[in-house]
Amino acid sequence: MDPISTLITVAVSILAALLALFAASQAHDSIFFIHMLVFALAFGLMALTLVRKCNFAGGDGRSVAAEDTYCDTIVRYGVIAIAFWGVVGFAVGVLIAFQLAFPNLNFDLPWTNFGRLRPLHTSAVIFAFGGNALIATSFYIVQRTCRVRLSLEPLAWFVFWGYQLFIVLAATGYVLGATQGKEYAEPEWYVDLWLTVVWVAYLLVFLVTLMRRKEPHIYVANWFLLAFIVTVALLHVVNGLAVPVSLYSSTSYAAFSGVQSALVQWWYAHNAVGFFLTAGFLGMMYYFIPKQANRPVYSYRLSIVHFWAIIFLYMWAGPHHLHYTALPDWAQTLGMVFSVMLWMPSWGGMINGLMTLSGAWDKLRTDPILRFFVASVAFYGMATFEGPLMSIKAVNGLSHYTDWTIGHVHSGALGWNALITFGALYFLTPKLWGAKQMYSNRLINWHFWIAMLGICIYAASMWVSGITQGLMWREYNAEGFLVYSFAETVLILHPFYVLRAVGGLLFLFGALLMVYNMWKTIRGEREVDQPISQVITVGA
Amino acid sequence: MFSHKILERNSSLLLVVSLLVVSVGGIVEIAPLFYLENTIEKVKGVRPYSPLELMGYNIYKREGCNLCHSQMIRPFRDEVERYGHYSLAAESMYDHPFMWGSKRTGPDLARVGGRYSDEWHREHLIKPTNLVPESIMPGYPFLMKPLKVHDIAAHLKANKLVGVPYTDEQIKNAKTDLYAQADPESDGAEDVAARYPKAQVRAFDGDPETLTEMDAVIAYLQVLGTMVDFSTYDAKANLR
Amino acid sequence: METYTLMRQFADSWGLLYLVVVFIAVVIFAFRPGSKKYYSEQAQIPLKEEQNKDD
Repeated sequence: MDPISTLITVAVSILAALLALFAASQAHDSIFFIHMLVFALAFGLMALTLVRKCNFAGGDGRSVAAEDTYCDTIVRYGVIAIAFWGVVGFAVGVLIAFQLAFPNLNFDLPWTNFGRLRPLHTSAVIFAFGGNALIATSFYIVQRTCRVRLSLEPLAWFVFWGYQLFIVLAATGYVLGATQGKEYAEPEWYVDLWLTVVWVAYLLVFLVTLMRRKEPHIYVANWFLLAFIVTVALLHVVNGLAVPVSLYSSTSYAAFSGVQSALVQWWYAHNAVGFFLTAGFLGMMYYFIPKQANRPVYSYRLSIVHFWAIIFLYMWAGPHHLHYTALPDWAQTLGMVFSVMLWMPSWGGMINGLMTLSGAWDKLRTDPILRFFVASVAFYGMATFEGPLMSIKAVNGLSHYTDWTIGHVHSGALGWNALITFGALYFLTPKLWGAKQMYSNRLINWHFWIAMLGICIYAASMWVSGITQGLMWREYNAEGFLVYSFAETVLILHPFYVLRAVGGLLFLFGALLMVYNMWKTIRGEREVDQPISQVITVGA
Repeated sequence: MFSHKILERNSSLLLVVSLLVVSVGGIVEIAPLFYLENTIEKVKGVRPYSPLELMGYNIYKREGCNLCHSQMIRPFRDEVERYGHYSLAAESMYDHPFMWGSKRTGPDLARVGGRYSDEWHREHLIKPTNLVPESIMPGYPFLMKPLKVHDIAAHLKANKLVGVPYTDEQIKNAKTDLYAQADPESDGAEDVAARYPKAQVRAFDGDPETLTEMDAVIAYLQVLGTMVDFSTYDAKANLR
Repeated sequence: METYTLMRQFADSWGLLYLVVVFIAVVIFAFRPGSKKYYSEQAQIPLKEEQNKDD
């Protein structure tokens, strides 16, 4: 940035820091007080960094970096953030899984109880791990497929750090007890507002980069990424509407109530799955699989139908989370029908991803990174088959409220989102740090199989426990009385909860292997003794 | 003439068209809920929460109770037998947001009001396994701390702003009502019951001297599902 | 109730037909003859990128 715009930005951030300090002094509660201090600190750091980075002596402050074709420094930061938040999110997940098996681990303290740590887990994996994966890879993909350097670079850095600030505010808020009580949309009103600012900046960076592209066409991965960014903005703003108790209070009341708030919330939450965890990650799929396999996508025409069908159909499916509730029947039916229809474009996308390898399946034998990508698409296919199945009212009557839902979510989240992200990390790390390939292919293999085992144990145990509990709830004896009390159904689930925690632990262990592997790669080391040394990582 | 090529080359147009396409589903499903007159049944008895119950609702939300307990009984034989009459939309019409939940790690709480004594709830919340040995619920001994109340009127006002019909009188007396509901000996005790029909006025945590978070949570739990008088509810007239 | 019935009937008939036609149009458009070559060029986009200078 030039000195003048730097000075203006510095002035604005100092003003914002002062404003935050003032808000802290007026705080109604300790959470708001702490969070405003965090804001003040963040804006202060921003001003300081800007001053230090700017070359007031004239000339372009980033002259050296500007010679590069692409801006990769921000992607490098992103890659580290993905790995870090992934491990944090998985670790909290393992902890709360053990809490359900051994409730003493709650320690009966406000900050460690399941009810506060569960949103910490879900937000850490979805928004911190998944969100950073989307932001970092979208910045990487959009530059390569448009053959142009990232536009509005300072704003891109604001997006990166602003998003980390959002994560920190959300996470500390949950632990201290600030929540709007809406699943996957828990952050309080001022954190929501902050995310809106960051997200609009993200949209700007992405869109302006697209507009300045040197490639005449917009590659399909960017369609998915653009739809993801703009739809998430829409969902977030509508679902987040709330009235705070005071401008200096961390508590708010949602704009909608009862049945309306239920439908808006599940419209939001289902499309957080549909656009955050699906459309955005499909963008990753359409880039990384062709790259790693070194072949163009199976059918570009199919990807166009895939795109329009999926963004249209997903938005209707939300009510399947509210079957047999007080939501009017017509809305439930609509949600069910569209959910079943969603099966088609989902599998169209899966086929498109998998068939990209047609004629090159042998690469799977030798390329462990490609294996991550292919397995993730396979899991995407399984999860998007199970989803429509569970949205059928008769099935949902059994599955809803049980662990079956938890198992379904995790086969999608661990199998699809996490595996494709791991693949992307293995793809990006050597490229971004100038290494030929990852430190150890052997460790990538170990990671793959450990993660696979973990997912299978997790999904199987939740599937069995969900169906068991669902059937026990509705079991009648010959005299027409309910057979089991609720407490008895809880007792019988204990072994499955232990198993699930073990599955999660394996998955976490695999991720730690990856972090070690990344660390060694970044330091420029190569494993000497390699049992599969013939491996040539294609595309490296 | 329209051509897909235009979209493939023009990013802002792609943005606008995508936004239009994704908006259809949401608008068609959500908008009717706000004006179709039969979305929420016409039933007698549902009233806004009293200040103490509202604080209980907030603590329920803060501790994430809704992540393990649903408040939505489905119209199945086993659920109705286990938990009571299936839930009506009207019963959560003043919940901003809804607390229906999506998972039953513990039982449904939509009609837990009046099922157990205050003392049972207090003991259970402090150490669940003392009363239900199989329970995997965390303990909440820290709820026995004083309730923070300085901005209670602001809470009612915020609710009024999003559509809960609190009267000016209720807002004005919010603080006295808050204390009085947990202290049956106090002067304002009768007024609470007058302002909030069928409100239960008791020392919920067993101690009328200090107003605790436990008072608020138990007052909230005890009112859940008790507002509607089902002897006057006409299910056929409300078929949707 | 009147609005509801009206909307319902419209959605069940013309609304449904409209969406089906749009869907078929999208499919026909994407798979129209001659589009294959056009699109296979675009599918090559990720494979022809230049690397960063320091790579």
